[in-house]
Amino acid sequence: MTPPAQTVEPSGSPVVSYLDSPARAGSRFTRWLGSATLAGIAAVAALGLLTVPADDVQGDAVRIIFVHVPSALGAYTAFGLTAAGSVMWLWRRSAWWDTTAHAGAEVGVLLCGLTLVTGMLWGRPTWGAYWEWGDVRLVTTLILFLVMVGYLSVRALGGDPAAVATRAAVVGLVGGVNIPIVNRSVNWWANRTLHQQSSLTEGKLEDLTLFTLFLALVVAALAIWWMMVHRFRIGWLERQLQARDLETALAARRAEAGR
Amino acid sequence: MTVVSLRGAVVLLGGFPALAGADLGVDRGEVVLVSGPNGAGKSTLLHLCAGLLRPAAGQAEVLGCDLDADRARVRRRVGLLGHDTSLYGDLSAAENLRVWARACRVGAADVGGALDRLGLPARLRDVPAARLSAGQRRRVALAAIVVRRPELWLLDEPHAGLDVEGREILDDIVTAAAAAGATVVLASHEAGPAAGLATRTLAMAGGTLTPGPTT
Amino acid sequence: MSAWRAMRTFAGDAGLVAAKDLRIEWRARTTLGQVLPFALLVLVLFGFALDANRPALRLATPGLLWMTVLFVTVVAAQRSVALESADGARRVLLLSGMAPAAAFAGKAAAVAVQLLAVEALVVPGAVLLYGAAIESVPLVAAACVAATVGLSAAGSLLGAVVAGVRAHQTVLPILLLPVSAPVLIAATRAFADGLGTVAVGGWSWVGLLAGFAAVNVAVGAVAYGPLLEDA
Repeated sequence: MTPPAQTVEPSGSPVVSYLDSPARAGSRFTRWLGSATLAGIAAVAALGLLTVPADDVQGDAVRIIFVHVPSALGAYTAFGLTAAGSVMWLWRRSAWWDTTAHAGAEVGVLLCGLTLVTGMLWGRPTWGAYWEWGDVRLVTTLILFLVMVGYLSVRALGGDPAAVATRAAVVGLVGGVNIPIVNRSVNWWANRTLHQQSSLTEGKLEDLTLFTLFLALVVAALAIWWMMVHRFRIGWLERQLQARDLETALAARRAEAGR
Repeated sequence: MTVVSLRGAVVLLGGFPALAGADLGVDRGEVVLVSGPNGAGKSTLLHLCAGLLRPAAGQAEVLGCDLDADRARVRRRVGLLGHDTSLYGDLSAAENLRVWARACRVGAADVGGALDRLGLPARLRDVPAARLSAGQRRRVALAAIVVRRPELWLLDEPHAGLDVEGREILDDIVTAAAAAGATVVLASHEAGPAAGLATRTLAMAGGTLTPGPTT
Repeated sequence: MSAWRAMRTFAGDAGLVAAKDLRIEWRARTTLGQVLPFALLVLVLFGFALDANRPALRLATPGLLWMTVLFVTVVAAQRSVALESADGARRVLLLSGMAPAAAFAGKAAAVAVQLLAVEALVVPGAVLLYGAAIESVPLVAAACVAATVGLSAAGSLLGAVVAGVRAHQTVLPILLLPVSAPVLIAATRAFADGLGTVAVGGWSWVGLLAGFAAVNVAVGAVAYGPLLEDA
């Protein structure tokens, strides 16, 4: 029998090996990236905890923004990648985008959880309650968190790789298009927002606080980049492993015919 | 005219290569029997030809349509008798066929005639399909193919579960369809009852096909 | 002219699927025999949970009503999926060659009809049990229709996501309920206005419900095909 000409890949799309040494998720670049991230985290921690003065109104609680704001922006970015990847899988059956969508969801759920926890910790001293239903962004973020947990649970159901990808992509798409509606409905419902109106634009923050926040955003971008690259490469390696197992399985399957 | 053309077709079911590079060419009007042991990949082969599965590698064309890009057009032109009968248990045989006929846009007028042809007694046509016996359900599933009059018939173990009368009806229908220009691919683990129908026999094992009957 | 014919074909296929689902549901009497009693039971239990406190109940009526409808949506969507997965019946939709969007529209329409039937009983039931009163019938009716279309579209689509999966009974609520949050909020607000509990501009909430419905119907029409193919 003629062996298949193309490389076979479980999701039905061809696999292109882009890694020089496919056995690792890291590379010299990611090690450099990771080191820069660690140094950045140390710098933000030192600045944020020791150097930055307490806020006139919020007191020491202001320091939470160095974690809260970057993780919130990061979570929305990562989920944006998931939504884009979902569309690209449904449209083009792109394995690259499917892996990206999965990576974005895992990184995003982590950051989203961090956003919620820091938001609640900040809310306690500021509003006197951990959870404030009047805060539109926090409530929206909680719904988004639940949607994406659902996405990951669909991913975890297992089964045919292409079926898993399609199911997850539909969940990602449904979540992506509904989040603006959730935000709008919570907005009207709460009627007003308690959320700290963008402290950045109003110039209420001290210069040093502002600088630390921007540094934290840059460091967070590096950290998210690092996590995305690693999670993506793990997903891609899984695909390559499956493709390699498949070659063995194909040979074994054809050998059945010989008996 | 070539109706089925597979070259090195690979189909993965949950990562398992159910078809591992199958080659098959079937011309119009042929009645081809694919025989092989359980797990050889016969059902997968028929599902692939019906446009229900995506080939992971290799070339696959049915009725001139590429199975990777154009499965939806293939599905409209084939009739598949699978292991499950694709009947809604709460609907009667006649209702199932009427829904099917209207969905396929072939007109529900032939439903009574098709059930007559399959010898399903009138008293059984209006009871829920779930209450029919396995053999009776199989007759209804065959009637669904008769109603559609497809260009390509894909019959998976068609004789299984049918009594002597049912097998004779089946053989008549297949012969008539082939005479009328349809193409038929039968799959069976035993060459026995289907061998008389076939103009050609292929052996299947390990997800691949070889010419000639199984020895 | 051909666009007109395509639309008629689409409507015919959708109607066929919807009629088939409703006929099966009617035969099995699931909505009538299990879902309706379940919905009424939930209303009674809410009464116990709030200690039959009339003012509190009246205030909470819109929310309780829509919580009930949301639970019923989960059950109805699960039924809708289950009747396609038995004995390979899903292949009827796939092999017939009808447009997946038409199949989706039909499935969603059948769920919508069942939800409307449940609402037609539960809304007056809550009004009676909790001592509320309908002040604006058009507002209440419009909110019901808009919310129902959105819920059935989202429910049918996400139901198809978990079709054929072993754990589908537990996964569907996790997927459907968070996405349905805007429906719960908006329909509750619209009802609060329509039942005269709070004057909150009910019609703008109906507009939001219509937006949710439009978005989810559109996504379902696009995404149902790949789901039928792959999952």
